[in-house]
Amino acid sequence: MPTLLRHLLVAAGVGLAVLMVSYQLDSYRNFQLATVAAYLCATAGLTILTGLCGQLSLGHGALMATGAYTVALCQAAFFDRGVTSGLTLIGSLAAAVLVTVVVGLVVGVAAARLRGPYLAGLTLAVAVVVPALTVTLDGVFNGEQGLPVPVAPAPESLGLYFPHERWQLWVAAGTTLLCLVVLANLVRSRYGRLFRAVRDDEVAARLAGIHVARTQVIAFVVSAAGAGLGGALLAVLAQSVSPGAFGLTLSLFLLMAVVIGGLGRLAGAVWGALLLVALPDLTHSLTNLFTLSPAAAQRLEGNLPLAIFGATLIVVMIAAPGGVQGLLSRLTHRLRTRRPVGRS
Amino acid sequence: MDRFLFLTLDGLSRGAVYAAFALALVLIWRAGRIVNFAQGAMAVAAAYVAYSVTAATGSYWLGFAAALLAGLLLGALVDVAVMRLVDHRSPLNPVIVSLGLVLLIQAILGMVYGNEYLPAQTPFSRTALTVGGTAVLSPYDLFVFAAVGVVGAALVWVFTRTAIGLRMRAAAFAPEVSRLLGVNVGGMLTLGWALASGVGALAGMLVIPTELGLHPHAMDLVFVSAFTAAVLGGLDSPPGAVVGGLGVGLLLSYVSGYAGGDLIPLAVLALLLTVLLVRPGGLFAPVTARQV
Repeated sequence: MPTLLRHLLVAAGVGLAVLMVSYQLDSYRNFQLATVAAYLCATAGLTILTGLCGQLSLGHGALMATGAYTVALCQAAFFDRGVTSGLTLIGSLAAAVLVTVVVGLVVGVAAARLRGPYLAGLTLAVAVVVPALTVTLDGVFNGEQGLPVPVAPAPESLGLYFPHERWQLWVAAGTTLLCLVVLANLVRSRYGRLFRAVRDDEVAARLAGIHVARTQVIAFVVSAAGAGLGGALLAVLAQSVSPGAFGLTLSLFLLMAVVIGGLGRLAGAVWGALLLVALPDLTHSLTNLFTLSPAAAQRLEGNLPLAIFGATLIVVMIAAPGGVQGLLSRLTHRLRTRRPVGRS
Repeated sequence: MDRFLFLTLDGLSRGAVYAAFALALVLIWRAGRIVNFAQGAMAVAAAYVAYSVTAATGSYWLGFAAALLAGLLLGALVDVAVMRLVDHRSPLNPVIVSLGLVLLIQAILGMVYGNEYLPAQTPFSRTALTVGGTAVLSPYDLFVFAAVGVVGAALVWVFTRTAIGLRMRAAAFAPEVSRLLGVNVGGMLTLGWALASGVGALAGMLVIPTELGLHPHAMDLVFVSAFTAAVLGGLDSPPGAVVGGLGVGLLLSYVSGYAGGDLIPLAVLALLLTVLLVRPGGLFAPVTARQV
């Protein structure tokens, strides 16, 4: 079966499952699942860059912010002109991807000459600076307050009382599945092989006639597009965008998520995105178990997920560099190789 | 002209701190080929220790000493408990682990002290003295120069004039040979981490009162500026780090004085991009042979 067809079939299956699940879950869970989908675009993009091409980026939170602000500005422009159809969202999302691709191209061209810590330092600067830009240009971006993202409600054909969160999940999951099909195909394509060759041995890749810098720029641009789309979806879900949500911590979170999920496989990105949404929720219910003063509870709730993420990351890097997906595949591999022995 | 003089002196004072911080980065890079992205967070942790000690004893100087001690210990702890266990075959691994440390340290500080800005006091006045009607340096600026100068001179002395400095340099440049000759390479690396983190803590103590105040993220932008300074000098060169630090300090002072403080982050990014594109090895890097 051709790869594209297989990926499309898998995506259709997953889409159908999400559709059914969306009717079973309450509004809050639907919204959470939609957030997972939005993060998944960004973590999948980062997996391509870091896992496949071996480049580290701490700037993906800033690229998400780029996508988010683009969507906000585009939607506002549409609504100001009285165009309130749901279809404007497709145009705005496309614009977000386009703008992020341009920004990613600029950073990527600079980054292609850099290795290891230099690259990390440059992208770190991007992550710290871009949120600060929103304050500098507060005429456009409205400073710390941020911008609202006007979004059309669910189409009336779905019924008058169709829950808004379910509609959000549909939109986010549909977009994300499309994005994943494209990325999964890319991984299996000629470019996927180029990425891996560059990651494994740059000198050998160059000797084999691969244009290393160009390959790295392509990987950066593709992952930037994923981040932009993810940020745009997040902004659409929250119906607002502000610099506070896209600080350095988000960039670090994204990196943590793909590392903990397992570098190099898109399945790892799914685990990462799930963790990003589930962990704050889990720590919230954890802190609720203890009786704390409201101030202490608030302190703990904001910081405990960060601490757990940081500690997990260090432990994973030391003990199991393959991440969750690495552990799983080792486990299934062991089961598979054991079975024939048991039969004989 | 007065304004230019003031901005220059102010920039040099600011740059001295960046230079100290960049020096700490260079120390660890030379010892273990690691850029310690957690250095800012570690410095903030030391500054919080100083805050607690000062609050308990009422003495700025006890807090100051406690911060330096905490910096030294934290550096040694990070090396022994974390960095030594990391697989260094891929350069990505130590970077990712140090980023994990950033999250962990900032989260712990936030849990213990809260995420609001705490006031950070200075031992000397920050109002500039005037010489012949021109505002020049404040007593605090002089203190910054003195502190960074003393620490810089002490580091030079340790590395070039003492046996332990010789061992540290040997362990960094030729670990295998040094080990055969009886140098405790791991111990020297830990000592390097402790020294670097102590210098970082000093820089944190000096810079935090001049920024907004004490906050778990207080050093994020300072770290980026200091990293730029270290890259400007070439990560391998301590004199380069000092020159780079002063240069970055001057640039940022002129930018904020003539164009507005909001543009500082942008100026840092532009400078970093320019340096990395024009001379990725830094201004002080030796010319390397062409690759393949």
